Amino acid sequence: MKTKNRAISVALLTVIALAGCSSTEPTSTDASGPANPATSKECQPATGNVELTFTTWVPGMDTVVALWNEQNPDIQVTVQTGPNGNGGTYQNFFNQLKAGNAPDLGQIEYDALPNFRVQDGLVNLGVCADVLAAQDEFVGWTWNQVSFGEEGNVYGIPQDAGPMAMFYRKDLFEQNNIPVPTTWAEYQDAAVKIKELGGYITNFSQSDINQFAGFVWQAGGSWFQNDGTSWSVGLTSPESIKVADYWQGLIDDGLVSANPPWTDEWNNAYNTGSDWTWISAVWGANSISAGAPATAGNWAVAPMPQWNAGDNAAGNWGGSSTAVFKGTENVYEAAKFALWLNTSDEALTALNKAANLYPATVAGANLPALKEGVEFYGGQAIYDVFAQASTQVNPDFTWGPTMTQVYADASDGFKAAVSGGGTLADALTATQDSTITTLKSQAIPVKE
Amino acid sequence: MSATDTPVRTQGSADAERRLGVKENPVSRVGAMIVMGVFTVYFLMPIWWLLVSATKDRAQFTSTAPLWFADFSLWTNISNLLNYGDGIFVKWMVNSALYTVGGAFFGTILAAMCGYALGKYPFRGRETIFNVVLGGVLVPATALALPLFLLFSTVSLTNTFWSVFLPSLVSPFGVYLARIYAAASVPDELLEAARLDGSGEVRTFFTVSVRLMLPALVTVFLFQFVAIWNNFFLPLIMLRDESTFPVTLGLYTWTTQVNQIPELSGLVLVGALLSIIPLIVIFLLLQRFWRNGLGAGSVK
Repeated sequence: MKTKNRAISVALLTVIALAGCSSTEPTSTDASGPANPATSKECQPATGNVELTFTTWVPGMDTVVALWNEQNPDIQVTVQTGPNGNGGTYQNFFNQLKAGNAPDLGQIEYDALPNFRVQDGLVNLGVCADVLAAQDEFVGWTWNQVSFGEEGNVYGIPQDAGPMAMFYRKDLFEQNNIPVPTTWAEYQDAAVKIKELGGYITNFSQSDINQFAGFVWQAGGSWFQNDGTSWSVGLTSPESIKVADYWQGLIDDGLVSANPPWTDEWNNAYNTGSDWTWISAVWGANSISAGAPATAGNWAVAPMPQWNAGDNAAGNWGGSSTAVFKGTENVYEAAKFALWLNTSDEALTALNKAANLYPATVAGANLPALKEGVEFYGGQAIYDVFAQASTQVNPDFTWGPTMTQVYADASDGFKAAVSGGGTLADALTATQDSTITTLKSQAIPVKE
Repeated sequence: MSATDTPVRTQGSADAERRLGVKENPVSRVGAMIVMGVFTVYFLMPIWWLLVSATKDRAQFTSTAPLWFADFSLWTNISNLLNYGDGIFVKWMVNSALYTVGGAFFGTILAAMCGYALGKYPFRGRETIFNVVLGGVLVPATALALPLFLLFSTVSLTNTFWSVFLPSLVSPFGVYLARIYAAASVPDELLEAARLDGSGEVRTFFTVSVRLMLPALVTVFLFQFVAIWNNFFLPLIMLRDESTFPVTLGLYTWTTQVNQIPELSGLVLVGALLSIIPLIVIFLLLQRFWRNGLGAGSVK
C-alpha cells in the first residue's frame, strides 16, 4: 500500500514536472527528496502586491487575519464568511468552482477534503517546498488527513483537531463509589450501576455520525480506503461492527438516553445530572459548560475507555484544514498565509481565544492557554488529557468522497435503531450499500 | 338502521334548523370556534415560546419551564445581542430593511406597470406574455437561485448588495394580481377621458390608475415585503461578506457556529424575536388592504 502510494506520487510529480518545466528531468525515484522539480514553477512568489480571499466560518477569524494584514502589506487577505461547511458553505464552494470565482483559500473539514479532491477543486500544495518542509510541525495523523497518506501531496494545511476523551461527572462517580471506567467493559459495568441509580451513563447520539466514526477510528477501523485507483468502503469492517454491536447492547439494555443531540432536552439531561458522561472531542468542553451551567465544577476529563486494558488509543471528532482552491493565481502567497495561520504562535493563540480551536501542530499543544486549569472542570488542566489523546489518534483513518450522503444515510438508520427499528449494524450495512451505489453513480471507481 | 326508521323526520328537522338561521346554530358555531382556537394556539405557541425564551438567561433557559417566564433578563439579552461582534446584528437588520423596503417598493411599481400594461392595452402577444409570467409563478424562487448565481458570476456581481436586491424586484404573482385588478378597477372610459384632456399615458398611470389600483398594490407590496424579509436561500448562495447579510442569513450563520461559541444560541433566540417585529408591525398596519386585495383577485 505504502509503496504503491509512493509510486503514484512519483508518477504524479513526473507529470507535473513534465507539464510545468520540461527542461528538468526527474532523476530521483525518491519522491520525498528535497529536489522537487515542480516547486520552482507552480509555487512562485508574485512580483507585485497580492490580494487573497479566504472563506471560513470560524468566528472571529477577521481579528486573526487582521494581525497578518498588519505585518504583510504586500499580501492582503480578505475574510469572507458564511454558515458552516455542511450548512451551505461547501455547496457554495462547488458553485463558485463551477462559476470560476472560488476564493483563493477556504476552510474545509477533514471529512470533506476527499470530496473536493475528487471534484478536482484543490491545488496540491506539494508543489510548494515550504509546505512540504512544514510537515514535521504537525501532529502526524492530522498531516495524513490532508495528504491522504501520500508522500509529496498536500491538499490543505491542518488547522485544528478534535482528539476525543471522556467528560464525566466526577462528583457523582465518587459519591456512588463507581470507579471511573478505563475500558469499554468497565464503561458498561458502570452504566448498569448508574441505571440502578436512575441515571444514564451517556446519551447515544443518533445524528452525530462523525462522533460514531471517532469511536470506530479509536477501535482501529477506517470507513474508507483509497489505493490510488479506486475506493473501498469499510462501514461494515469488523472494527466498525464491533463498535456498533457494543452501543447496540447499551441501547437494548436501556443504559443510554437517546435525546437528539444539541437540543434543549439534551442539554437538560446533562444540566440535571441525568446523563453522567460524554465521550467527545476537545471542543466539547465548551458545549458542556454552556449547556449544563448548573453542574459547574463537578466535571472532569479522563482518556477514552479502551477496548483492551492497557491500550491507549484515542479517536478524533472534527477538525478543519485551510485549503487552496483551483483557479487561484497566487499559490505561493496563499500557502504562505495558510502556514502562518496554522503554525505561528500568535495565530494559534488568537484562534484558540476567538473560537476555541485546538491546534493541529505539535507545538500548539503547549500554548499557555492550553496549560491552564479550567474552573468548570474543578480546576483540572483538561487540555493535557487531549494533548495526550492527540498523539494517540490512529493515522490511517480515511474519509470518503461522499460523506454528506454517508452521514445522512447512517443517521436515518441510527434514528430507526434508537427507536427499536433494526440495529446500528443494520444501519451500517445499509449505508455501506448506499455508499457504493452513490460512488458508482458519480463515476468514482469503487471496489465491492 | 335508525335512518330507515324515520327518514322523513330527520330530513324535516334538518330543514327546520337551516331555516332558523345558520348563523345561530350553536353546535357549528362552537365547533368552528374550537377549530379556530386550536389553530390559533398552534400558530401562536412557537411565538409565545420564543418570547418567553428570549427573556431568560442561559442557565435558566434549560432548567426552567419552557413556556413560562423565569427571571426577566430580556433587556440584558438584547444589549448582549446588539453589542456582539461590533453590533453586527444591527447591521443585518438595516440590510434586511434595505433589501425589503427597497425591493418591495420598486418591485411593486414594476409589477403594477407590467400588470397595468397587460390589463389595459390590447397588443399582439399579450396573452403569451401573460402566460409566461403566470408560468413564473409556478417556479419556486429556490430553483432559480443557482442559475442566478452563475449569471451574476459572469458579470462579477456576486457578493454584492445588487445580487440579492435585483432578483427581489421581480414578482410574477404581483404582475398577475395587478393585471386582474387593473382590468377590474380602472374603467376604460376614465382612460379615454384622461387622453381627451391631454394627459400622457405615463402621467395617467401615476395620477389616476395607481390610485384606483392602490388596494391591490398594497397587497403586492405586502407579499413582496414578507417574501424578501424571509428570503434566505438566495442570500445564502450569493453573499460571503458578513456586512451584507440580511438578518435571516446572519442568524442562520450563528446557529451553525453554536458548537464553537455556545453563547450564540441565546443570541439567536433574541435575534429571532427582534427580527419578526417588523413583519408584525407592517401586518398590523396594512392588513385591511391585504384582505381587500386578496378578495379582488379571487372574485374576478
